Amino acid sequence: MAGTVLRLEEVAGERLLRAVAALLAAKGIASPTEITEQIAMTDNASPAQGARMVARAWVDPQFRALMLSDGTRAAEMLGIPMRGAPPLGVLEDTPDLHHLIVCTLCSCYPRAVLGYPPFWYKSGAYRARAVRDPRGLLAEWGTVLDPGVRIRVVDSTADYRWMVLPLRPAETAKWNEDRLAALVRETDMIGVTLPRVAGD
Amino acid sequence: MSGSPQLAVGSRVRVRDDWPETRGRVHIRTPHYVRGRTGTVVRCLGDFPDPEQLAFARPARILPLYHVLFEQPQIWLEGCAGDQLLVEIYGSWLEPS
Repeated sequence: MAGTVLRLEEVAGERLLRAVAALLAAKGIASPTEITEQIAMTDNASPAQGARMVARAWVDPQFRALMLSDGTRAAEMLGIPMRGAPPLGVLEDTPDLHHLIVCTLCSCYPRAVLGYPPFWYKSGAYRARAVRDPRGLLAEWGTVLDPGVRIRVVDSTADYRWMVLPLRPAETAKWNEDRLAALVRETDMIGVTLPRVAGD
Repeated sequence: MSGSPQLAVGSRVRVRDDWPETRGRVHIRTPHYVRGRTGTVVRCLGDFPDPEQLAFARPARILPLYHVLFEQPQIWLEGCAGDQLLVEIYGSWLEPS
């Protein structure tokens, strides 16, 4: 067995990829085009994509309405490849409601628009505490909610992937879309933190 | 079970108090902490193949998927009044309450 593994590692990556791709096509599992699309999707996926969506939603009420009703279509409108990705749902924070995203079962995460989840997102501690003690968890992140704000913890347990549309900080009233997009961090889009203007 | 939604938005529902993992090898997407608990349907998310069958490469029935809202302090007997948990649950796990 160890010998087999060793030989596989010695095969040049290109050759192995071609062989696996040919097998997947022959078995009707995935066509070369689908594989190419999937690679493009994975390469493009990063929090910068989600941040572009948030920034657009902050400046464009029509886009915001679309994003809240059909996150996948909104992402596609900004050129983010979503084919084959699970449907994307977007939940909107309001002045009295804050969303926090977790997957208690594993690590479901809106990868198409946020990229790979941070390592702690998959930890048992984050998963357990997000649903049981969300206020304690947020306090440790230094995230302070205004008095009276309720928390809605969203447990991603099935076919959707969820991201948060956070509230736009009041200080950014005159900012353009690009500057807004640069402000938004991945943790803001799962509700662990709030978008914060530097020096704030 | 057909794929069309049978539970209207606003319905009170109870998650079945069932523990299939005690009876054999299973793949379950319904978190332990909501089993036997009552919540409210806030969204019908559409129809999806049953992951409990998909996970074993068996032909999967199509189930409606719901977004169900629970009061967080009622689940854990601690926490802050008004805080909530929003969980995706397949129709096969829900019964009217």
